[in-house]
Amino acid sequence: MSEMQEGRTLPQSVQESAAAYGIIREAFGSAVSDFDANETMPFFEVLETERWQEIALFMRDHPKLRFNYMACLSGVDYPAEEKLGIVCNLESLGEFGHRIAVKVKCARDGGSIPTAAYVWHTANWHEREAYDMFGMQFAGHPDLRRILCPEDWEGYPLRKDYAVQESYHGIKVPY
Amino acid sequence: MQELEVAGQGSVRVSRKDNDVVVIEKDLTTEEMLLSMGPQHPSTHGVLKLECMTDGEVVTSAEPYLGYLHRCFEKHCEMVDYPGIVPYTDRMDYLAGMNNEWAYCIAVEKLLDIEIPRRVEFIRVIVSELNRIASHLVAIGTYAIDLGAFTPFLFCFRDREHILSLLEWASGSRMLYNYIWIGGLSFDVPADFPKRLKEFVDYFRPKAVELYRLLTENEIFVKRTKGIGIMPADVAINYGWSGPMLRGSGVQWDLRRNDPYSVYPELDFKVPVPDGKFSVVGDCLSRHLVRALEMEESLNIIEQCISKMPGSEGFDARAAVPKRVRPKAGEVYGRAENPRGELGFYIQSDGKSTKPLRCKARSSCFVNLSAMKDLSKGQLIPDLVAIIGSIDIVLGEVDR
Repeated sequence: MSEMQEGRTLPQSVQESAAAYGIIREAFGSAVSDFDANETMPFFEVLETERWQEIALFMRDHPKLRFNYMACLSGVDYPAEEKLGIVCNLESLGEFGHRIAVKVKCARDGGSIPTAAYVWHTANWHEREAYDMFGMQFAGHPDLRRILCPEDWEGYPLRKDYAVQESYHGIKVPY
Repeated sequence: MQELEVAGQGSVRVSRKDNDVVVIEKDLTTEEMLLSMGPQHPSTHGVLKLECMTDGEVVTSAEPYLGYLHRCFEKHCEMVDYPGIVPYTDRMDYLAGMNNEWAYCIAVEKLLDIEIPRRVEFIRVIVSELNRIASHLVAIGTYAIDLGAFTPFLFCFRDREHILSLLEWASGSRMLYNYIWIGGLSFDVPADFPKRLKEFVDYFRPKAVELYRLLTENEIFVKRTKGIGIMPADVAINYGWSGPMLRGSGVQWDLRRNDPYSVYPELDFKVPVPDGKFSVVGDCLSRHLVRALEMEESLNIIEQCISKMPGSEGFDARAAVPKRVRPKAGEVYGRAENPRGELGFYIQSDGKSTKPLRCKARSSCFVNLSAMKDLSKGQLIPDLVAIIGSIDIVLGEVDR
């Protein structure tokens, strides 16, 4: 919110996101971080990871928020912080039209994030993909299997420290 | 009556409806069979495997298996610099390369904050609308062939060839263009391009109507698609559907209109949505109709662009192309309306490197396909083919 206090005018879309964030902040207080009002992708972070599902449902069903559409869910690796995370791009499609991004992080080794697959169906396959590529667990996910890589693939390819396996079923992998 | 009760304990179901009508159903439940469709099945439009549990001819569940075409797009992105990713995006949805390149460039340009020359914007609109028509032609042609109508397929590919020649003339290649660059284009269009384009629009306008009538007035085609695979609007939104799929469910949502980019706000076009008179809103036929009608809207857009486009005097297609793409630190989610829906790129830049820290592609068909499991429940096997065809998947984009 610091930019707003400095008196810089933010684009309309960011102002709408900030207003939506205000409602979430009011309901969840310190469970969510401050709002990052950048112009390319305004976001906030869920600090208490175990409350993510509750926040997601609130964002979808609150009559003034109605984030009914999950545009994208991307897994991200943060090696410096020893964390893995997801970035969700949410939108109120056909109702308010406001957009916001939410970040949720978990520990790098054996970390787990509550699933949002029961809130948005989109999250189902995207969480499977994030698990496939980064290896974080999604607690309560209905069907957490690899989706793009084969079931017996070793390691998580999009982690920054990933080393590809030497061979897969007798086929040389590094080319 | 006693006989009926005895029968009810066996393999015959007896139920009493209102006004004393007795309904007798013979129970023909057979053993469930696992049927693998694909990865080489022609109606899956690529390499998709569907594991269906079937009860006779009825599909009780269908589980899609993907990844046969996975080429680690996102891993590659972390190894090449920003302009080097453009050719990779072509290879995702190979039927709509221009649209993919553009969506990626929109995302990077948002981070770079550069001004795009006006003529470049118009050329981008023209080539991607041409590509949208070409892609819809494949979608409609192959959909018809899935349902047993062979002729429309040949008509579609004849007209698509015309578009591919135009795009080849502009960019040098037929499918994988590398034409839209970050900040500009690889080349200006040839001098005679607008003239030939006009000829194409005049040629294709009646053909689009012919194609529309060829299928929608085809009794068999309508019977195979009407009322099949119905998706209600709110469920479609929850599934993250976009593009013709979402519009087929009656939601008037088009990123060109609702989250406008480039010069689309200046252009006049309709967003076709089924009205439920001819099809059941949300069924396979609705989705087909949306595609068929969208082609005509694309023609309108192209026509307007030809007349509004600034001239080529003193124009350099690479004027705004940065020598070295190094965006400021930050994240962006950029997206564009592709023939198959919303294609988005989430890009993370650390502000120092010329390579992205993370680049995730939000594929429209990946998301659209995820509803397959719910859509297929209780359908007949031939209808399953109709549903897959109506989703219009390109496995290159699903698997990336």
